[in-house]
Amino acid sequence: MKILVTAKRVPDPEQKVKLKDGAVDLSGMNFVVNPFDEYAVETALRLTENAASNKRSGEVVVLSIGPKEASQQIRSCLGMGAERGIHISGSDDELDSEQVARMVAAVYEKEKPDLLLMGKQTVDGDNNQAAQLAAGYLGLPQACFAASIELAADKQSVTVGREVDAGVEYKKVPLPAVVTVDTRIVLPKAVKNNETPDSHEYAEGPRYASLKGIMQAKKKKIDNLDAGGLGVSLAPRVKVVALEAPPERGAGIKVESVDELVEKLQNEAKVL
Amino acid sequence: MGNVLIVCEQKDGKLRSATLNGITCAITAAKASNGDVIALVLGAGIGDAAKEAARYGVKKVVAVDDGGLAKYMAETYAPVVASVAKAQGASVVVATATAFGKDLMPRVAALLEAGMASDIAEVAGPKTFKRPMVAGNVIGVVEITTDVAVLTARQTEFDAAQPSGDAPVESASADGANALGAEVVKLEEVTSARPDLSEAKVVVSGGRGMKTAENFKHLEALTDMLGGALGATRAACDAGMVPNDLQVGQTGKVVAPDLYIAVGISGAIQHLAGMKSSKVIVAINKNEEAPIFQVADYGLVAKWEDTLPTLIEKVKAIKG
Repeated sequence: MKILVTAKRVPDPEQKVKLKDGAVDLSGMNFVVNPFDEYAVETALRLTENAASNKRSGEVVVLSIGPKEASQQIRSCLGMGAERGIHISGSDDELDSEQVARMVAAVYEKEKPDLLLMGKQTVDGDNNQAAQLAAGYLGLPQACFAASIELAADKQSVTVGREVDAGVEYKKVPLPAVVTVDTRIVLPKAVKNNETPDSHEYAEGPRYASLKGIMQAKKKKIDNLDAGGLGVSLAPRVKVVALEAPPERGAGIKVESVDELVEKLQNEAKVL
Repeated sequence: MGNVLIVCEQKDGKLRSATLNGITCAITAAKASNGDVIALVLGAGIGDAAKEAARYGVKKVVAVDDGGLAKYMAETYAPVVASVAKAQGASVVVATATAFGKDLMPRVAALLEAGMASDIAEVAGPKTFKRPMVAGNVIGVVEITTDVAVLTARQTEFDAAQPSGDAPVESASADGANALGAEVVKLEEVTSARPDLSEAKVVVSGGRGMKTAENFKHLEALTDMLGGALGATRAACDAGMVPNDLQVGQTGKVVAPDLYIAVGISGAIQHLAGMKSSKVIVAINKNEEAPIFQVADYGLVAKWEDTLPTLIEKVKAIKG
């Protein structure tokens, strides 16, 4: 089984974001793999291994679109165990979801994987579009916001537990397909592939790269592609014309007791 | 001039209330582009939902009633939405940013070759919209350059549409719907007697600090006394203290109630992204350094074990 998985380089979401001169101030920021993409990489690895015998049984190709430093994020996914990487140079300031989806679709056409796996959204743009757009362009079935995924024994389909407003919807899609993952996909038993025994419990969360993994990652191949070569137009359909600071919340107060809290809620905020 | 198509969400022949907020967004967008609002209701056995949609100030309703659309799937719904949008001369196509809207609308945008703005909070012009980014820490002003703009609207940023008039309903066919081999196998529904999280006036949420599912009973008692909805952080959901559908945040639901009570919640950015727009925020946490206090209007530095029982007693006395 071959899986194409995306890994965007984003500012570490645990850092405080500040605007400076109408742009996000990136000075001094750490960059990480978009957490939802990191979950997608973990999912891809779980789908292509026997965790009991520690044997790989497929190929995971990591795609990142971003500045040259994004190769660091690809290497970190290769350190987790992915087989190889593809890097398309591009800048967030110039790319919208449509262009990203076109590039992903173009790489899909080149690589012909069985599954395109992506995080449900990036934590900087928060668009939640690229995977669905790519599925639309490619005419592939989609299963978004996966909390669980089970690969059929014949490897011809996946059944995805999708987190929807009413609960969990189980959607079966034939492969090839596009799947996006949500946070719970990295719970201990969320991914089943008919190779790893069903009783196996993974450690919660994406795996860390082992020292051996990091050493091996240095020798793994990263192909460099450019958007023009993939036939993707560089005129965005959605332009970010300005960035604004959200309305500040007025500084709150500390109350000393439940009595004081209730009094304030009743008489000051008038919400009780 | 261009029309605005609002894609309505229905369940068992009833309009989902989240759609009403999307209708308000559509009405605002139609004013900006000097067009009419057309509602699209699609599914199987949707006659009542179509009639309901007709009563919220739209120009007309297009109903696509087809057995093939009985269960929602992006694969079958997107081509129908795209073809109705073309037939109705829509320059804006919008849905509320529910799980349905988030899954469906980008695929519609792909079929229409349209630019899309997700989760918008404001219509700033015919093709200009404001939307939260970076977990709500930045507001992006985005301009869509294509003839058609596809949008999802953040439910909490638009009021629910009020009944006004009664528009005609016309039908259209579901030509082009193709499941591509996908099927919905089952739906594990979570039912609750409490109001919907996204619509409740009061939300009481617990975090990791609640420690066990049993302890959430205290929060449930407070929630029910206030007629509110119960919420939780990702940590509490992942630890199995409460079902996942209660999660408030970047994953899960975005809420903006009149009163949000956060108990045992530290205030991770991902959680704040889902509740920062609440009118009044109360935080009870034993750690005075917890980031939740930076957004709380009223903070009480205390263990919930020592404070919740008293709070429940006091609220009980007020609410009778």
